[in-house]
Parts: sequence; C-alpha cells; structure tokens
Amino acid sequence: MSFTGHYTYWVTIFLMIAGLYIVIARGNLVKKLIGLGIFQTSVYILYIAPGKLIGGTAPILAASFHTYSNPLPHVLILTAIVVGVATLALGLAIVVRIREAYDSIEEDEILEIDRSEGEAQ
Amino acid sequence: MTRDLVLRVLGKVLIPFVLLFALYVQFHGDFGPGGGFQAGVITAAAVIFYAIIFGLPAARRFAPDRLVESMIAAGVLIYGGVGVFGILMGGNYLDYFVLAHDTVHGQERGIFWVEVGVAFTVSGVMTKVFYQFAERRRVVDEA
Amino acid sequence: MTLLTMMAVVTVAIVVQRNLFAVVVFGSIYSFLMATALVALDAVDVAMTEASVGAGMSTVLLLTALNLTRGDEVKPLRRPLLPLFVAIVIGAALVYGTFGLPAFSDPQAAIHLHVVPRYLVDSLRETGVPNVVTSVLASYRGYDTLGETTVVFTAGAGVIALLRRRRGKAKQ
Repeated sequence: MSFTGHYTYWVTIFLMIAGLYIVIARGNLVKKLIGLGIFQTSVYILYIAPGKLIGGTAPILAASFHTYSNPLPHVLILTAIVVGVATLALGLAIVVRIREAYDSIEEDEILEIDRSEGEAQ
Repeated sequence: MTRDLVLRVLGKVLIPFVLLFALYVQFHGDFGPGGGFQAGVITAAAVIFYAIIFGLPAARRFAPDRLVESMIAAGVLIYGGVGVFGILMGGNYLDYFVLAHDTVHGQERGIFWVEVGVAFTVSGVMTKVFYQFAERRRVVDEA
Repeated sequence: MTLLTMMAVVTVAIVVQRNLFAVVVFGSIYSFLMATALVALDAVDVAMTEASVGAGMSTVLLLTALNLTRGDEVKPLRRPLLPLFVAIVIGAALVYGTFGLPAFSDPQAAIHLHVVPRYLVDSLRETGVPNVVTSVLASYRGYDTLGETTVVFTAGAGVIALLRRRRGKAKQ
C-alpha cells in the first residue's frame, strides 16, 4: 500500500464525486449533462488504469515485444465512449425541447412553472 | 457561411485529407490503432467542418439527409447481416470461421464487414444529430 | 500522474465556472488531457476515440445546443450543503474501498490473469489481426459491439424523433 500505487484510484474518485456533485447541486440542465460526462470519463480511467503494466506496450502484437497492457478494458471503454456521445446528444435534444416548451433550462424555474400551472387548473 | 478567405481555402485543402485519414483509420485498424468507431466519427467531423465553413445547405448537397439516414440503418443491417450470413454458411450467429475456406481468412473477412457496419452507423448518427441541432434554430425562428 | 492532477484542476474549474461556454471549452481541454493520459496508459485506440469524440463531437454538439438555449447559469437559491455532504461521504467510502484493491501495475492483479492471456497468445493465430483490441472488439466480443451499435442507432433515432421539423407547422 503506497501513495503512487493508489494515486490513480484517488484521482478517479475525485473526478467521480466532482461529477456527482455537479449533477446533484446544479439546477442547469446543460451543466448537469456535463457533470454526467465527467462522471462517465472518470469510469474510463477506473477501467484503463489497472490494465496498464509498467514496461508493457500497447496491445498490438509484434515479434519484438513480449509484455502488453491489458486489451480487454480498452475494448469495453472504446464502445462506451461512442455510446456516451450518442446518449449525450439524446440528452441535449431533450434539453432543447424543454427550453422550447418552458423557455428555461433551470430546474427550479421549470418546477415553479409546473407548480403554478397546476394551481391554475 | 463564413466570408473568411483563410478558413475557406484551408477548409478546401484540409477536408479531403481528413476524409482520406478516416479511410486510413478504417482499413488500417487491423494493424494499428483505429477501427470503425473512430473512422465513423472522423468522417462525420469532416462533414461538420464543411458545414461550419460553407454553411448547412452546402453540406446537405454533399451529404443529403436521405443518404445519411439510410447510412444509420444500413450500418446495423450490415452488422446483423454478417451474423445471418454466418448462419447461412452453416455456423452460429456472428460466427466468422465459416465465411471463407480458411478460418483465418473468414475471421478477417468478418471483422472487415463488421467494422464497415459500425463506421456507417456511427458516421450517419453523428452527422444527422449535428444537422438536427444546427437546423433547429431556423425552425424556431420561423414558428 | 501529472496529467491526472491537471485533469483534477480542470474539473474544479468546471465545477466553479458559471458561464456555460467557458465550461464547454474546459470540457474540451479535459477531454484532450484524458486522451493524453490514455496514451500514457497504453490505450491508443481508446485515446484516439476520446480525442475525436470527447474533444471534437461532444464540444460541437454542446455548442450547437447552447446556441439554442441560454449561455449562463443562474445562482442557486439554496446553499449546496447537502449535495456537498453526500459527495464527500460517498468519496470517503470509495477511498476506503481502494485500500483493498491491487496497486498500480501489479502483474499479479486478477485483471491480468483471466481470459486476457488467451487473447494475447491465440488472437493472432486465430484471427490474423495483430491489433488485439480490434480482434476482441469485432470477433471475440462481437455480440457486445452489435449491442453498442444498436444503442448508437437507437439514440440517433431518438434525436431525430425529438428534433424533427414538423411538416404542418413549417407551412403555416
């Protein structure tokens, strides 16, 4: 148990809770999506960093190398990134529609409008 | 559309190379970093670059909506089709060993077509999503 | 290690900043740092994807979406003490959890002992593709990638359904 041995985990956790904090604490919907993105990217390091071997090389086989870093997390994260941007686009599309319906992308204002409309009925 | 001469000339010079690089990434993915996902995104990036510099209508002439939308569906169909072709050739779904006389050649052929399918879907989705967001402002202004 | 520290600093800037355009630019910087860190961690395929998707596509999409919405966040009405407390408690629990994990670059860690040695030894003979990431992605885990492609397809269809120009409305 050493400082350098666990440093990557701790940075990952910091990024993760920073993303989580943005998602919970901020009312702006675009900012929430960016926070979700940071949370997501922290998971990339969580997967990739344990697969690294010091002295290893990228997992492209060649006769002159014998130690390779672990390719399996690379595959999982590669697809996760592209799916991540696709879902980000879907989230942004929903935000744009909300903005057109409520003329606001702040959670508090949207709830306020909903409440006053409920009382009016 | 921008009137900036530098951007217009640089765009015209660079975009063919971006597309060429996308093809390189696609077909060299077996031997170096790259593959369908990256190539798809780079192709879409080239179209978006073109749309930013020369305007959305110009980009639509280069990559019409009908083409982009059918690419989205065609990619998934190609991927699924490789699997079905494996069944027809007497293997399991997504079994590449049966696609050629030699199992290694079969694998290479299967991987090639699967990557083509992935690249089609990813580039189609990215381009279409950009079109939708970029054109939305005009729709709202008209309403 | 330096790169990871820089990423943490950029993240703090993203949390503090209220102008959303600045946040998007910081997000782009964050993605480039992430891509560089991934190259350092030997994940070249992932780094390439992150550089093109995270720094390129996400930024463009966020900017076009911001063009359609508002550029600044309003100040929150309440002090965010409860979210801060929740985040710190979860963070502390996770840090406690890391003490049971193997150290960085431990060759005896469980991740290096199962399945992967077989990919590294047999992949070239079985598929003829030197890039193990490509062969695992498209061949050994082909079902996985088929699912991911379908998710991308579905998300694209969702965006088209949400933002499609209504024909009747446009004519009025």
